[in-house]
Amino acid sequence: MVEEMRIVLRNLGKIDPLKIDDYINAGGYKSLQKAWGMSQMDVIQEVKNSGLRGRGGAGFNAGVKWGFSYNTPADQKYVVCNADEGEPGTYKDRIIMEKDPQSLLEGMAICGYAIGATKGFIYCRGEYPFVAELLNQAIKQAKDKGVLGDFDIEVRMGAGAYVCGEETALIESIEGHRGEPRFKPPFPGVSGLWGKPTVVNNVETFANLPSILEKGADWYKAIGAPGYPGTKVVTLTGDVANKTFFEVPTDTSIRDVVFGLGGGIPNNKKFKAVQIGGTSGGFIPEALLDTPIDFDSMGAIGATLGSGAVFVMDETRDIVDIATRIAKFFEHESCGKCTPCREGTKRMYELMVKMNNGQATAGDWALMNKLGSTMKQISLCGLGQAAPVPILTTMEHFNQEYKAKLLA
Amino acid sequence: MAMSDYKEIIRQYQNKSGGIIEAYNAIQKSYGYIPEDAVAAAASAFKVPKAEAYGVATFYSYLKIGPRGRNVIRICESAPCHIAGAEEVVKTLEKELGIKMGETTADGKFSLEFTECVGQCQATPVITVNRKPYEGVSAGNVAAILAEYK
Repeated sequence: MVEEMRIVLRNLGKIDPLKIDDYINAGGYKSLQKAWGMSQMDVIQEVKNSGLRGRGGAGFNAGVKWGFSYNTPADQKYVVCNADEGEPGTYKDRIIMEKDPQSLLEGMAICGYAIGATKGFIYCRGEYPFVAELLNQAIKQAKDKGVLGDFDIEVRMGAGAYVCGEETALIESIEGHRGEPRFKPPFPGVSGLWGKPTVVNNVETFANLPSILEKGADWYKAIGAPGYPGTKVVTLTGDVANKTFFEVPTDTSIRDVVFGLGGGIPNNKKFKAVQIGGTSGGFIPEALLDTPIDFDSMGAIGATLGSGAVFVMDETRDIVDIATRIAKFFEHESCGKCTPCREGTKRMYELMVKMNNGQATAGDWALMNKLGSTMKQISLCGLGQAAPVPILTTMEHFNQEYKAKLLA
Repeated sequence: MAMSDYKEIIRQYQNKSGGIIEAYNAIQKSYGYIPEDAVAAAASAFKVPKAEAYGVATFYSYLKIGPRGRNVIRICESAPCHIAGAEEVVKTLEKELGIKMGETTADGKFSLEFTECVGQCQATPVITVNRKPYEGVSAGNVAAILAEYK
């Protein structure tokens, strides 16, 4: 029987999110104090050893990322929290911030000490003004208590742009520009916000840190899948009995998430597909459900863990219609900076509409494959690289549904 | 709704690095939209060309230059809401308000816009009114939601 394991959501329901004393009484801010008693290098080494990898979707080793900023001399460095969760079907960062905002602040302050930054920003998506308000109250309480030391945190609001979840687009947005991704290198760790060394981590990544510092790297490393240790907060949507969130060890299988915790498919229907990681994730058929959800196992089947969104579809769903809707999403959200994505998402949506309306030919099918693989290889950022993935994976795993709509 | 002068709002943010988006968000919170003249005022306050100030304001889908309805209703059309019946909700809203998506009612009370995921996927489909989320919306409860704003 699969069970939840709560690390980032350890205080869920046990504390009042807007009472910092509750957090402190539950052991809060002890980890930051512990970090202050260690050398910066030792803190970074501890995070490296824990194996903690980014929970926003890219899965980069957090300690290694911090090392880049630590090793780059500068008069000012920044810690940036990516709270721009925009992957459809995802709301785990909202839950973490709403239920335990101090965990995030403590995690950011630990990072700030480790890399030598005194200033942090939380970039909160425009859809969450109520979360920004809550964060501002939590920050005020932390400042009044003096628990953050000389580390300052400011909330900046987005305004409805999916691409700002990409770290360099997010940085551009904090700087007051259009949220268009930068060319890399240089990476933000070396030259980020206002050209200064900047660590950008996801909400969930930061929220893991107090427990890692408290219990140690070895404890964390032993949880879940060895290559991507710890837990992951997943959010279940679509045709699944329990449409809610769970925190599970990363070696939990997709089947255990959907049929165990998720309670399976309602209304006596059969399972058809699940898309994990948000709208940019690959579609997964029944045959691959025993795959563990960790980053590398998902990559091995051409899918992603991504944000941890779990979108379930039952046997009655029209896969081509859903993929068409997804193609429209990317056409709308492409920032337009690079040609493969700007033109590619537009043409892909046109082709999908044609396909969905039963007007596509075998030539269009071949064109979609070619366009998709081109976008994957040469788009500037993750948006354009991932945009064709839902189309290509549905073409692969559910090709009968496409073939049924092709012109004879 | 208390409307503070956009020039005053811009002044509050102009010394903040990258504050132009903060200023736009605050202007929109006060006016419900960004007046055309506020873009030019922001350009001069933040010392960027007008084209850039305009470029920033038009990049983000939640920012809108020029008047629109006092209450902005957004319907999520991302995949989880799509399969949960967002189209029915669109039809019902259009019928109740007598306008099409992208339009504003003649009395200036309501505008209808599409949005992508607003992160409330625990009960789909989802709409927002002035960024306040309503979950589990159906043809049956649209009228009750609208009544809160009439």
